[in-house]
Amino acid sequence: MRAVITVIGKDTVGILAKVSTICSDYNANIIDVTQTVMQDLFAMIMLVETDRMNTDFTAFTQEMKELGTSQCLSIHVMHEDIFNSMHKI
Amino acid sequence: MINVNDILETIRMIQDENLDIRTITMGISLLDCIDADIDKACTKVYDKITRCAERLVKTGEDIEREYGIPIINKRISVTPIAIVSAACRKSPVKFAQTMDKAAQTVGVNLIGGFSALVQKGFSAGDLNLIHSIPEALSVTSRVCSSVNVGSTKTGINLDACHLMGQVVKEAAERTVDQKCFGAAKLVIFCNAPEDNPFMAGAFHGVGEPDCIINVGVSGPGVVRAAVAKHPDASITEIADVIKKTAFKITRMGQLVGSVASERLDVPFGIVDLSLAPTPAVGDSVAHILEEIGLAKCGTHGTTATLALLNDAVKKGGVMASSRIGGLSGAFIPVSEDAGMIDAAKSGALSIEKLEAMTAVCSVGLDMICIPGDTPAETIAAMIADEAAIGMVNSKTTAVRVIPAVGCKVGDELDFGGLFGSGPVMEVNQHSSAKFIKRGGQIPAPLQSLKN
Repeated sequence: MRAVITVIGKDTVGILAKVSTICSDYNANIIDVTQTVMQDLFAMIMLVETDRMNTDFTAFTQEMKELGTSQCLSIHVMHEDIFNSMHKI
Repeated sequence: MINVNDILETIRMIQDENLDIRTITMGISLLDCIDADIDKACTKVYDKITRCAERLVKTGEDIEREYGIPIINKRISVTPIAIVSAACRKSPVKFAQTMDKAAQTVGVNLIGGFSALVQKGFSAGDLNLIHSIPEALSVTSRVCSSVNVGSTKTGINLDACHLMGQVVKEAAERTVDQKCFGAAKLVIFCNAPEDNPFMAGAFHGVGEPDCIINVGVSGPGVVRAAVAKHPDASITEIADVIKKTAFKITRMGQLVGSVASERLDVPFGIVDLSLAPTPAVGDSVAHILEEIGLAKCGTHGTTATLALLNDAVKKGGVMASSRIGGLSGAFIPVSEDAGMIDAAKSGALSIEKLEAMTAVCSVGLDMICIPGDTPAETIAAMIADEAAIGMVNSKTTAVRVIPAVGCKVGDELDFGGLFGSGPVMEVNQHSSAKFIKRGGQIPAPLQSLKN
């Protein structure tokens, strides 16, 4: 499956690095990244392939959530299909 | 890649506007559990429910985590127990206790189906069950009960209305120590749907397959937020905005339902296109109507705005899902909706207005606290009124009123959680006893002759 990681919050140094480090730790392959900075608000969206991950999806989600809490960012990991089904006919 | 704005919109809906899947309900047929020996029958019921629903809660939680969409309730509905227990000729309370135990084992918070269908008359099993409802609801915590007293095809069983008036009162009186909560787990229907996933009225109809997954979506907050972005739009444009939003909400239900059905290896039944409010701030149907332009829900214009909302939700939802069913419409439960509670407290919303609203939306007089000394015949007449609206308009209507024992108009009953709290509302003081005591069957209207 493919998951969408969204990171929203105040722009600080190394956000992308921290998120991609976790992806690499779990063997989640990053397929696409897009990011925008609106004034000082940072929004990054990352599409990752999770089929070859070395642990279950829940642990990955949990780790991302913890990173979000520690960095005062809002990080969500959600299955790609939720967006596809909602916004495509 | 998916559009960034679409992603952010979805996340905002979930985070800020309370978008959720209200319930995944597994319907389980108990027809193969019928046995003349009540103990054997109950063992079969327990085994079947726990076998079919063993992975229901876990699967729901997995989907919740993977997809990032909250699934508030996982529930079970079963074949109306009046049918299952008819052969036993004993009090069906034991079935209620078995259902309660099975629900506890599999970890669901409510189980529906302690029900009887008596729209055209009672069988011995039906009467047995109806008489046992107050006891069953007082000795169990998860069991929900419903009785269908009328339909467009058959008319209204006035004897059943009379009886249910008494049962509602007794259910409340037996649960005084739980704030009369027994009555909140009891719904009296006209035209009850067989695939409704929402409690307390869910049951698994006899025409349904052995086991099935039905999904109820929600999202009043999302609709309100969408309407709020168009302060100067005409009502035609508002209908369009609601339609588009309902489409998105329903797609979510369709996705979750089909994933759950695949993982549980159970057929996917229907998506119930409902706007189900919760007492949480920002999750209110009344606030949508106020956003459209009413100073307070319950004032003149409420019925018209609600009709528009209900219709637009259906039009948007129909396209989004492969199969629609259940109650499908906006719910107006007073105690479960922050805006309705406010409106009722301020005097803007009366029972009479709520009754008018039920003619254009789903479902009926829902979660309304009434004075504890309201006569059973008056409650029976409320049931008959609602059933008449349902019968004539070929729609589902229902009554779930809570006689607040020892309380008077203006007092408040607080149930907590999703059931919320409600002010005790004023009921017409004039008697309907003579009408109710006449008994018999209100004949089916001409609308029933469609063949």
